[in-house]
Amino acid sequence: MRIGQVGFGGISKEINLAYVPEAKVGNYVIVHVGFAISILNEEEAHRVFETLHELNAMDNPDLS
Amino acid sequence: MNKNNEDFSNCPLPIDSSSFITLAHGGGGKLTHQLIEKLFRPAFNNSELETQHDGAVINIPSEKLALTTDSYVVRPLIFPGGNIGSLAVNGTVNDLAMCGAQPLYLTAAFILEEGLPMELLWTIVQAMKRSADHAGVKIITGDTKVVDKGKGDGIFINTSGVGVIEHSLKIHPKSIQPGDVVLLSGDIGRHGIAIMAAREGLGFQDQVESDCAAVSHLVQNLINAGIEIHCMRDLTRGGLATALIEMAQTSAVSINIIESEIPVREDVKGACEILGLDPFYVANEGRFVVFVKADHAKYAMEVMRKDELGSQASIIGTVMEAPKETVILKTQIGTSRILDMLSGEQLPRIC
Amino acid sequence: MKYVDEYRNSKEAELFANAIRKSTTRPWTLMEICGGQTHSIAKYSLQDLLPETISLLHGPGCPVCVTPINLIDKAVHIAAQPNVIFCSFGDMLRVPGSKENLLTVKSKGGDLRIVYSPLDALKIAQDNPQKEVVFFAIGFETTAPANAMAIYKAKLDDINNISFLVSQVIVPPAIRSILGSSENRVQGFLAAGHVCTVMGYQEYEPISQQYRIPIVVTGFEPLDILQGIYLCVKQLEEGRAEVENQYSRSVRKEGNLSAQKIIQEVFQIVARHWRGIGEIAQSGLGLREAYAQFDAENKFPHEVHSQERSTECISGLVLQGIKKPNECQAFGKSCTPESPLGATMVSTEGACAAYYRYQSV
Repeated sequence: MRIGQVGFGGISKEINLAYVPEAKVGNYVIVHVGFAISILNEEEAHRVFETLHELNAMDNPDLS
Repeated sequence: MNKNNEDFSNCPLPIDSSSFITLAHGGGGKLTHQLIEKLFRPAFNNSELETQHDGAVINIPSEKLALTTDSYVVRPLIFPGGNIGSLAVNGTVNDLAMCGAQPLYLTAAFILEEGLPMELLWTIVQAMKRSADHAGVKIITGDTKVVDKGKGDGIFINTSGVGVIEHSLKIHPKSIQPGDVVLLSGDIGRHGIAIMAAREGLGFQDQVESDCAAVSHLVQNLINAGIEIHCMRDLTRGGLATALIEMAQTSAVSINIIESEIPVREDVKGACEILGLDPFYVANEGRFVVFVKADHAKYAMEVMRKDELGSQASIIGTVMEAPKETVILKTQIGTSRILDMLSGEQLPRIC
Repeated sequence: MKYVDEYRNSKEAELFANAIRKSTTRPWTLMEICGGQTHSIAKYSLQDLLPETISLLHGPGCPVCVTPINLIDKAVHIAAQPNVIFCSFGDMLRVPGSKENLLTVKSKGGDLRIVYSPLDALKIAQDNPQKEVVFFAIGFETTAPANAMAIYKAKLDDINNISFLVSQVIVPPAIRSILGSSENRVQGFLAAGHVCTVMGYQEYEPISQQYRIPIVVTGFEPLDILQGIYLCVKQLEEGRAEVENQYSRSVRKEGNLSAQKIIQEVFQIVARHWRGIGEIAQSGLGLREAYAQFDAENKFPHEVHSQERSTECISGLVLQGIKKPNECQAFGKSCTPESPLGATMVSTEGACAAYYRYQSV
């Protein structure tokens, strides 16, 4: 089973990577009880902010 | 300040080929005598101890004294950033400091479990000496008992302390006034995480070091700078939240604090995320909060920040009249909620 | 921490709150499924950012809360055996059984260990070959891959001194059960982001269609939850009922296939009893025949006659979103985290404990 060091802010811990076979060094992963269960999609991660800024632009057309 | 990595001088024992504590070391006979003469006395080494009397006789240069006692049990005995010895000295020194006292003398009573390695006892006693020196206190009398194997957790230590109060400030929860400003002396949560990581074998690759330290000089600096201190409290078990709640209850005020102003180191944050813990409730051993008159707050922060131990001191909130006996936290996202005391130890959550 | 701190930002939380306020024209009742979300909502007082017309109900997704009392009693029985090392996630320890909880067993000298991962229990078994190690394998789909892997590894590596007391439950049947109830008030769901990270969200599409209800797969940070609520309200206001994925940084439609494969290998779908709710058909996972040797219920056969101690406790209704914690007579009076009457007052993922601990001003 593949094991990797995962950093959580300032601390790191060995995490089981069996469920993220495509994980590469530098990826962000979601960890639950010692297992990485997904690789974080960094493009999608920004979507929440994009939606927000679109909303905001619609509400405040002058500012956009 | 990595106390563990300093060189220890060699343990002067084993005596009589025993490298472990035996029941005979507590029996009052020859081995007890040797333990005191060869281990405790040379380690603590001061003129009051040298009198070899039943008790210590001291001159106190003040009319007002502070007196405190505390017992120390911790597993593991040695942890990153300290051990039970440094904890036993710093804890009692800090309790005196919180009364606004300049700590002077400590007593030390040891309950040793049969089988405790002599080297380990030496390491602990050395740490006590070093912490005492650093805090400017002397350990002037003590006691040793030995209990059967299985009846103790290696070693328990009780320390009592005497300090003098040489100012006219009334440092007490009842002195806290609406309008007072709350300062925190540094980042929170390190001791609890250090202990938990060492005890539970959580497999963290990086060591979180306990914040175990004496804060008495920080307090003296504040007093000497003329800061009008209304109250202080060191953060121990139960963490920042519990300390603030206790104070809000005793002084019947509302304490409003701002989450984003409270320093938490990235490693402690990470460990708390992994374990589902709230750093507000995690134990500390070298941090305190201080309530000061509003217009003294900025200066108080500057004074604290001049010292390495207070380099992250920050203003974390203010005291309000109502709602009484309540601590209100302004969260990171700008909402407010009431901070509540925890029931028992925080247990790691599943998700 | 990157990808955590930016989702806890006050400026953006306020923007979402505004967007929700602007798009809400009438009252809506939503339910977040997962206890982790309940915890975030309470911890960040998110309700205070919402218009009063939006009511949040808290769902059954607290694994500690729904673990049936007879399994707690079995755990207590097993943990008290002299040769056993009983391993559990921390927040199970205070959950009340009929007479005792696991912490009581510990104080009486039982060897109870809090572990972070089921793999830690496996290691304890390897390090203590003369002992019987039992792991309390509770959880939802999120925890299933970890539990399944530990069981799979135990078999693969021939570690025979470990067994698992399994209480694995799954979300979709619980949603159906809530929606099928005549007392249902829920008009939109925030589905659990990590459950869907493992299982995907295809299963939720027929539910959304059949019951004409919006389901938004949602993360756990304050901004995630606010966005989930926003998306849900928008669907309701526009008369839509779809499955949407707010937590796209972690959730793919098909889920995590390699995790699903191991779950399939080790577990099969079984009926499970949910504490406070009752038995729900096909709502849980049980060990397959090939792994029966690792079933702690087989290894330690013991009949328990469990009985809830309190009739006052309404945790079952709370778990189904029929009542709110503060609507309970016992809440904060005879029931507190110090002496909980029901499991929802124990774990901070439980709605009652979250309400108790994180009170709004």
